Amino acid sequence: MPANRFNGNSAYGIGVGLRIPHYRHIFEHKPPVGWFEIISENFMVDAGRPLSVLDRILERYRVVQHGVAMYFGSAEPLNREHLSRLKKLVKRTKTPWLTDHLCWGSVDGRYTHDLLPMPYTFEAAELTASKIREARDFLEVPIAVENVSSYAEFHVSEMTEWQFLNEVVERADCGILLDVNNIYVSSRNHSFDPFEYLNAVPTERVAQIHIAGHSKFEKYILDTHDHPVIDPVWKLYDHAIRRIGATPTLLEWDDRIPSFDEVHAEALKAAKYLPAPAAVAP
Amino acid sequence: MNLLELQRRMASAIMAPLGAGDRITRAAGAEAGEIITPNDRLTAAERVEIYAKSYWYRLLDALYDDFPGLRAILGVRGFDKLSRAYLAELPSESFTLRNLGSRLPEWLARHPEHAGRNPALALDMVRLEWAHVVAFDGAAEEVLGPEDLLELTPQMTFRLQPYVTLLALEYPVDDLHLRVSELAEGRGGASNAVMRHRERRAVTRFSLKREAVYLAVHRMNDSVYFRRMNAGEFQLLDALRGGLALSEAIDSVFGASDLPLDELRGKLEEWFRGWAQYGWFCPPGGKS
Repeated sequence: MPANRFNGNSAYGIGVGLRIPHYRHIFEHKPPVGWFEIISENFMVDAGRPLSVLDRILERYRVVQHGVAMYFGSAEPLNREHLSRLKKLVKRTKTPWLTDHLCWGSVDGRYTHDLLPMPYTFEAAELTASKIREARDFLEVPIAVENVSSYAEFHVSEMTEWQFLNEVVERADCGILLDVNNIYVSSRNHSFDPFEYLNAVPTERVAQIHIAGHSKFEKYILDTHDHPVIDPVWKLYDHAIRRIGATPTLLEWDDRIPSFDEVHAEALKAAKYLPAPAAVAP
Repeated sequence: MNLLELQRRMASAIMAPLGAGDRITRAAGAEAGEIITPNDRLTAAERVEIYAKSYWYRLLDALYDDFPGLRAILGVRGFDKLSRAYLAELPSESFTLRNLGSRLPEWLARHPEHAGRNPALALDMVRLEWAHVVAFDGAAEEVLGPEDLLELTPQMTFRLQPYVTLLALEYPVDDLHLRVSELAEGRGGASNAVMRHRERRAVTRFSLKREAVYLAVHRMNDSVYFRRMNAGEFQLLDALRGGLALSEAIDSVFGASDLPLDELRGKLEEWFRGWAQYGWFCPPGGKS
């Protein structure tokens, strides 16, 4: 399923997250990269260097937008200023699909700037789905929501995380950005079988996959995006690809960022699991 | 408990100031127990503490990055104390961390107890550093270039580009900022990554001798610059920014001056030429 209606029918291969320490290398060496994922909020500014950099990237590369602050799961309404700025950016990048997280992060107009876990309730699923539909209608681009890694669970939850994911995406009729590292992290933190999660994901809705590294502590795992992808996560990725088919895949590396070549090489390891054509750069 | 109430309680536990050793307080831990389940390794409070630390460290790091000069004046410990007090009183109300420090200049003016031994110096620096953020990615409008300013009339009014900030300072904090700034290429929000407290580098604490400085913080070719001006140039530009017509602005600044007319005219031509070349003016009647 290399292309579907949730990723704009785009058969993108392997991409890399665009990060500031790599700008110079990218502009000087123009490496062949399947596509770049940008953090939308980093470019939702009025003017200046961020947009100049983005325009230079867009001249040569395909870009997909990934957001961190839409907070579909927050009980409060969508932030109209955020949406307006996002739409402006969507027009600039022509992103074929847009992603953000299945989480909440603000309440009463105050922002945590974090991706907080949802209570897995039917009330939350309906509200979240309605906000996803509203955003998609306004932005006029397919939306896929990403499962987050989590460290806490709520007393009020009425279902598992994967059941909640299914409830939301079915009600919203939206795509899924399947983060296999997040499934691994949460499975360790909450003692569930990550393969059970993967097997419950509706394959026809998966628009994109994320892979990343994390950090282990004595009693929990933190999703820090500061290490290579570990073997158990590659195993999950392999399993996901076998179920879903070739899917646009993106490596996230956000802290202690090594050279571009090292990050790109780590991302390209995904090619081993993908049918050959999907791994080829444009 | 509905979704809104649950999120209010969770946010309250996460955003409450951390206690000793950066642990969550007993009250926040009790709140966590009401809404979060423990597991076989962590109590409810310990689980919420992961989020509380991530919240505080992410926001503290954002201020740490945006205000290196203020940090150099106050020292790492003083700056950390200020940051925690500021965030406790004024949590973020923007979807972007870019705006986190927008209220810091006004807040610090109201809280001199956090401004170190020389509050005037700290206030100068915090105003300069917020102006730097504005100049980095603030809005730009249509430019009135030199060709648009060939014939000035007394009734003309002007607006400055939204990204330009004028500052009358008591200390040469522009020099200090350039010395301490790490000249990061910009902010980079990460996706879904948990924040851990970054190592704080020891900084040399600076002090400066008082010296009146008139400054425009602006942007050219996507780089931020500090341009010093003399008092007359600054006052005239400030008067124009305030909305006075050209003749009124000149009167307000030079009305009592005994400067020969030719000399004044020469200065005005030179200043306007410079301002126009920098692209600081935009047509009257715009958005800002």
